[in-house]
Amino acid sequence: MIAVVDYDAGNLRSVLRALDAVGVSAALVRDPETLARADRIVFPGVGAAASAMQTLRSRGLDGALREALGRGTPVLGICLGTQIVLDSSEEGEVACLGLLPGRTRRFRPADPALKVPHMGWNEVRVERPHPLLAGVEPGDEFYFVHSYYPGPAEPSDVLATTAHGERFACALGRGNLFATQFHPEKSGPLGLALLARFARWEGSC
Amino acid sequence: MLSKRVIACLDVRDGKLAKSVRFVDTRDIGDPVQKAREYYEDGLDELVFYDITASSENRGIMLEVVERVAAEVFIPFSVGGGVRSVDDATRLRLAGAEKINVNSAAVRDPALIGRCADAIGAQSVVLSMDVLRVAESADIPSGYEIVIQGGRTRTGLDAVAWAERGVALGAGELVVNSIDADGTREGYELTLTRRIAEAVGVPVIASGGAGRAEHLYDALTQGRADAALVASLVHYGDTTVRALKEHLAARGLKVRMPRAVPPAAP
Repeated sequence: MIAVVDYDAGNLRSVLRALDAVGVSAALVRDPETLARADRIVFPGVGAAASAMQTLRSRGLDGALREALGRGTPVLGICLGTQIVLDSSEEGEVACLGLLPGRTRRFRPADPALKVPHMGWNEVRVERPHPLLAGVEPGDEFYFVHSYYPGPAEPSDVLATTAHGERFACALGRGNLFATQFHPEKSGPLGLALLARFARWEGSC
Repeated sequence: MLSKRVIACLDVRDGKLAKSVRFVDTRDIGDPVQKAREYYEDGLDELVFYDITASSENRGIMLEVVERVAAEVFIPFSVGGGVRSVDDATRLRLAGAEKINVNSAAVRDPALIGRCADAIGAQSVVLSMDVLRVAESADIPSGYEIVIQGGRTRTGLDAVAWAERGVALGAGELVVNSIDADGTREGYELTLTRRIAEAVGVPVIASGGAGRAEHLYDALTQGRADAALVASLVHYGDTTVRALKEHLAARGLKVRMPRAVPPAAP
């Protein structure tokens, strides 16, 4: 079973629909016991980091997520889910999950023509080969919508980058954790293909 | 660098597709889900559905359309027309819309923008503006006035000031629709689009007047728009989404050119 972590952070059903479209059954999970039984975990989210962290803690999902990751369960973070795997976020100055070292920061483009939120399709450049990025070719674009971006501290955790003024990590990960700032569930056939690869991924790089 | 977006707008009445020309005499031209799917496969970047259903009893039909689109089309889409409350916005989001558009209801109750942004996030709240060219005056210094009810009612609001206020209230994106250009196919209102794009820090979608591919190029360059909205230009088969994007790419703009993706191995 693929568990989609439900912590009231935005519209999680779009992820379920996209998984369904690639023939994978998934379920929304909001308690730590069910999450512990998941074969794979999708950790999506849109919204504010502080309220997301509060809900995760109040439901005991933060601990369950950490334990599942420790057991080797493949985990896919998306958007806010990706930002809060880091140590902290500038958004609300909140402590996050600390599953990877780093901090989430706000876009402050020097060029006024660069809009915030960073909204739309942008090119994803693969920096390190990874099984989940295996189908991504130079020039391929994915859909983004965010005002904050993940800043992993370890260069080896940066798997792909995108430029919006400055270049930032749009895919990051280590071991059985893989996380994207873009939305595979809204990124057309390329995004669906990534989700299909995740559904078969055993969690190794 | 972000690609410039091509967005198709589908007017939906009682669950069926319609295209309004100058907001009168709409005629049905098919099934919205099938059309959405067709554009998605042709490389469209985003969709807007405008619910022009007149009777409130038939409003639920739109939610069914949204659910069906969300199950088949994996690009962002927004829904407007008839969003009057946070409940409306939340229902549409849950049915699968990435964003909601507010228009007349926000003019009557500007705080609606902020309430929607609090509930579903500013990035999901689009302020759609219908704009009429008028004489410059003390009240309308830009010479562009916000109108509602399909252009029938003037509001006394200056379009540039309203755009700035909408963003301050929480709108994450703007649709700037020129009533003068809409349906003419003679090109977007470039001065208006540019005035607003330069006044705000959020993305701006140019709307109204597209008659050929070069008009999109003008809106995305001279007009400073982040995205160009098309409707009848693609609905009646004059051109295709792919052909529009190929033209923009040939003119040197960064646009997303979709490629065939091999299906995932079992």
